[in-house]
Amino acid sequence: MSGANDPYDPKEVAALAPEALDAAVQKAQEAFAAAADLDALAALKPAHVGDRSPVLLARREIGALPPKAKAEAGKRVNVAQAAVKKAFEERLVVLQAERDEHVLREESVDVTLPWDRTPRGARHPITTLAERVADVFVAMGYEVAEGPELDTEWFNFDALNFGKDHPARTMSDTFYVAPADSGLVLRTHTSPVQARTMLERKPPIYVVCPGRTFRTDELDSTHTPVFHQVEGLAIDEGLTMAHLKGTLDAFARSMFGEGSKTRLRPHFFPFTEPSAEVDVWFPEKKGGAGWVEWGGCGMVNPNVLRATGVDPDVYSGFAFGMGLERTLQFRNGLPDMRDMVEGDVRFTLPFGTEA
Amino acid sequence: MRIPVSWLTEHLEFAEAPTPEELADAFIRIGMEIDDVRPLGPVTGPIVAARVVEITELTEFKKPIRYCQVEVGPDQVNGIVCGATNFVEGDTVVVALPGAVLPGDFTISARKTYGHTSDGMICSASELGLGDDHSGILVLPSGTAQPGDDAVELLGLDDTVLEVTPTPDRGYAFSVRGLAREIACAFDVAFGDPAVVEVPEAEGEVWPVHLEDGAGCARFVARQVSGVDPTAPTPWWMRRRLMLAGIRSISLPVDVTNYVMIELGHPLHAFDASKVRGGLVVRRAKAGEKLTTLDDTVRVLDADDIVITDDSGVISMAGVMGGASTEVGDKTGDILLEAAIWDPATIARTVRRHKLPSEAAKRYERTVDPALSPVALERAAKLLHLYGDGSIKPGRTDVGSPELPGPVTMPINLPDRVAGVRYARGVTARRLGQIGCQVEVSTGDDGTTLVTATPPTWRSDLVQPADLVEEVLRLEGFETIPSTLPPAPAGRGLTEQQRRRRTVSRALAEDGYTEVLPFPFISPAVFDSFGLIPDDSRRNVVSVLNPLEAEKHALATTLLPGLLDAVQRNLARGQKDVALFNIAQVTLPRTQQVPVPDVGVAERPTDAQVASMFAALPQQPVHVAVVLAGHREHAGWWGKGRQADWADAVEAAKLVGKAYGVTLRVVASDLAPWHPGRCAELRVGDWPVGHAGELHPKVVEALGLPKRTVAMELDLDALPLNDNRPAPIISAYPPVLLDVAVVVDAAVPAAEVSAVLESGGGDLLEDIRLFDVYTGEQVGEGKRSLAYALRFRAPDRTLTVEEATAARDAAVASLAERHGATLR
Repeated sequence: MSGANDPYDPKEVAALAPEALDAAVQKAQEAFAAAADLDALAALKPAHVGDRSPVLLARREIGALPPKAKAEAGKRVNVAQAAVKKAFEERLVVLQAERDEHVLREESVDVTLPWDRTPRGARHPITTLAERVADVFVAMGYEVAEGPELDTEWFNFDALNFGKDHPARTMSDTFYVAPADSGLVLRTHTSPVQARTMLERKPPIYVVCPGRTFRTDELDSTHTPVFHQVEGLAIDEGLTMAHLKGTLDAFARSMFGEGSKTRLRPHFFPFTEPSAEVDVWFPEKKGGAGWVEWGGCGMVNPNVLRATGVDPDVYSGFAFGMGLERTLQFRNGLPDMRDMVEGDVRFTLPFGTEA
Repeated sequence: MRIPVSWLTEHLEFAEAPTPEELADAFIRIGMEIDDVRPLGPVTGPIVAARVVEITELTEFKKPIRYCQVEVGPDQVNGIVCGATNFVEGDTVVVALPGAVLPGDFTISARKTYGHTSDGMICSASELGLGDDHSGILVLPSGTAQPGDDAVELLGLDDTVLEVTPTPDRGYAFSVRGLAREIACAFDVAFGDPAVVEVPEAEGEVWPVHLEDGAGCARFVARQVSGVDPTAPTPWWMRRRLMLAGIRSISLPVDVTNYVMIELGHPLHAFDASKVRGGLVVRRAKAGEKLTTLDDTVRVLDADDIVITDDSGVISMAGVMGGASTEVGDKTGDILLEAAIWDPATIARTVRRHKLPSEAAKRYERTVDPALSPVALERAAKLLHLYGDGSIKPGRTDVGSPELPGPVTMPINLPDRVAGVRYARGVTARRLGQIGCQVEVSTGDDGTTLVTATPPTWRSDLVQPADLVEEVLRLEGFETIPSTLPPAPAGRGLTEQQRRRRTVSRALAEDGYTEVLPFPFISPAVFDSFGLIPDDSRRNVVSVLNPLEAEKHALATTLLPGLLDAVQRNLARGQKDVALFNIAQVTLPRTQQVPVPDVGVAERPTDAQVASMFAALPQQPVHVAVVLAGHREHAGWWGKGRQADWADAVEAAKLVGKAYGVTLRVVASDLAPWHPGRCAELRVGDWPVGHAGELHPKVVEALGLPKRTVAMELDLDALPLNDNRPAPIISAYPPVLLDVAVVVDAAVPAAEVSAVLESGGGDLLEDIRLFDVYTGEQVGEGKRSLAYALRFRAPDRTLTVEEATAARDAAVASLAERHGATLR
């Protein structure tokens, strides 16, 4: 190693010779390229980048040069040092990327392994269907009305224009509760809620009443003694059967798709006059699109309006009602209504939380 | 009712006869249900009338077999084997000859059977596709046909039977007359009323009748036909029509009354006049009075039943079934015919009471045309005269004064206004006229055009404008009513309660519970299994008088029995881990049962009446309940599962509370059917709203549930509908996290310790979390250590550790003061 003041020709300082610097750079580049991993690369650092590396050692010699040679030599050293550093960093990036990739590869798992540690439950499709119907009508400006399941005969029958001897009042159709003259029945339809609403509110009234209802049918594949209905009632000035039809058509489209519509057939119900049965055009009916019996409807009988304090000379109204079990049964193609009431989770789980 | 198309259209003038399908569609369009459209036959090939010449009984077989010589055409006699025995030599029968094909693709060929060659088949009505009667072969009245006559034409097999179900308000439609008029309206064709029968002036009363109960019987008409030949057969055409209408032929007098009932819709009754003792009285039965009816059954009568009596006592259950003592028999020649108008409600009650539905009662329950009584009688009498050679006595008894429908007036455009349709001018008056109303058009005081319709006697259902409107609308066709949405009102959306109930349902489902909808019918015995004390309020149930299952007569006061039932069903079907929930009303009787007031319907009940109706009802709050059996967390490839425990039930209750925006307070409790040491009462403030925890081991055992089954039930209606309007202020300054372990008496509930620390920690304490519970030697007997992670934070500055430590120490100090806690 030369001393600081060695009187030698700077061109003779071998370490600063371009060839020597080039060789040092090349050697460093080759060494870095050969480094297999980050540890190997780090191990090369002192020899090629550190203070004792050939390029940095060469830099020390610059001071010994005559002033006019210093600048040129310094430039050369800078270039060489930058080249070595660049080579090191490039290799570092490559090796870091390789390492990262390896780590992630090591951590990979079988993502198809099932995970049902705390499985989700489900809501009953009758519940979600009732909500869906309610939502359709709420969107049309209706409100959801509710009432008790055990109600007076007056609300369930009298107010709805059922004669005192109407066969629906018999114990072969209707559940009565003790004592024998209690005058209380398990509601046979959700219509008592309509009567209550008319008593309690002033028109205009637009309500939809979903709820649980009761009739003394034995449980079989198409009947259940405890079932659910949804009924709608509109009382306003100037309501017509055309409005009823329009409402039912909109309801049908929301439940069964844009291609759906309804058909009315004249019928008889004590609480409506005129009365009709509603058929719905069900595009996805099993065996091809067709009409399906859906429910009943009509213009509210003036007797019902009078009994609930609505002036039939000023107001008119329409009402309609459907069974939710039946709707679900044909909509989903369910063969047996018993499945809806028995509470087997295998029935309910596939419905999730919306149906 | 069943009606052959040929009979239906007999009174109609069609330019071009509609097909049976077109008729059925028309019925549906105007509001009559069609249950069946059944063409007769089909039959092809040689089917002929024939005469039985000779019968040889073959006795060597197990059942009666006859080998008959049958004249099937001029000079042609075939040997035919037959298994029926309801015919004699000389009878006219129908034979399907070899080559004929009967309904069901049944080809007739000559075949050897029972040792003889059978050259054809003697047919029953059902084999010919004529009806349901297969009780024997069809024997035609003598003289109906000659051997060899084509039977297809003779039997009228080219016909179709419609089964029509009119709605119960349309009594008139339970007749050929009524249905034909409906079709006349539907097709706008002329209608010839079969009830236009000449009724001669009577010469005095024919039989003394005393109407004691005018409310039960509005009209009673009697006519007498004597000298009827008891052996006279019912003519084939009448028998055929009755057969196709589903009515069995009995004898000429009975067949005639049935025929007139089907044709005109007015039931008639025939008494054997020779067996009636003295004058008739119409009255209510005396309770316990007895009558042997036509079906040879002794009926014990009710004081509400209306009856006809003679000097011997009750001889008929009016409108429902006649008595055996005056029955028309095979020797009856003197016939007393009755046509009466009975109170529909009384008849309906009698039918129900005695479980005796009949064709007559069906019509009486739905009202019968009161103007028709003498007409129907005349028609019947004339038929008995014509076919039974009877002579009609000149007298007629006619007592009572039936109420006839009164006029109804309405604006003539009311149908347009109800339908939302502009009908052509004159439609309303024309349609009302078409159904038989007398129609007058006038101008009201305010200038509106009015129509006054006086309904025909058979339309007692037309009492108010809405009834007339329905007639116009249905005959014009509901399909002409357009589809228009009413202008949308401004709705308020779901109520708070409705939205929160939905949130509860969703939250439980997302948390792993599956919703079931059990019936609300429970057996009170379940409360014994639950271990409820005798005066537990849940034992106070409302009982159903007519339950489907006798033991399950109580309306649920708690949702647990229904849910546990569903759990058991799932377990029985192989499920191992079950988590169920149910949201439903329960029925809780009031301590003081108030009777329901008697309220009319002519006008709105008073507010006081409404209030007392509401007061008469049991309370019916909506509850939510869950049951968990087996694992809450499943075992799997990841490791072990976790058995459901009391904490899951409490957690479910708190989840419901959160869905309502309410933090439920947990307090130790002891209520059956829960485990006395693992039962939590949930409270809102100090108000109890339900319970949660592990079920009592004895209950679990009694009900066969998996060990450690847990449950929760809350009264949703008791949860307050708090406005959930938080306004959190979020500090961006760093927190100070400190842990603290305190030792307290084991009896101090964790909730209490947390609450004291929380209030003692002051405003700087942002969060507190229990992370360890330890009992053991290190903390001493009767003590336990609770370790909390505390998070302190200031809203306006970086909190120093010193400040946080001071706050923590304050919290511990207040716990020390309240419960003697020490730092561990």
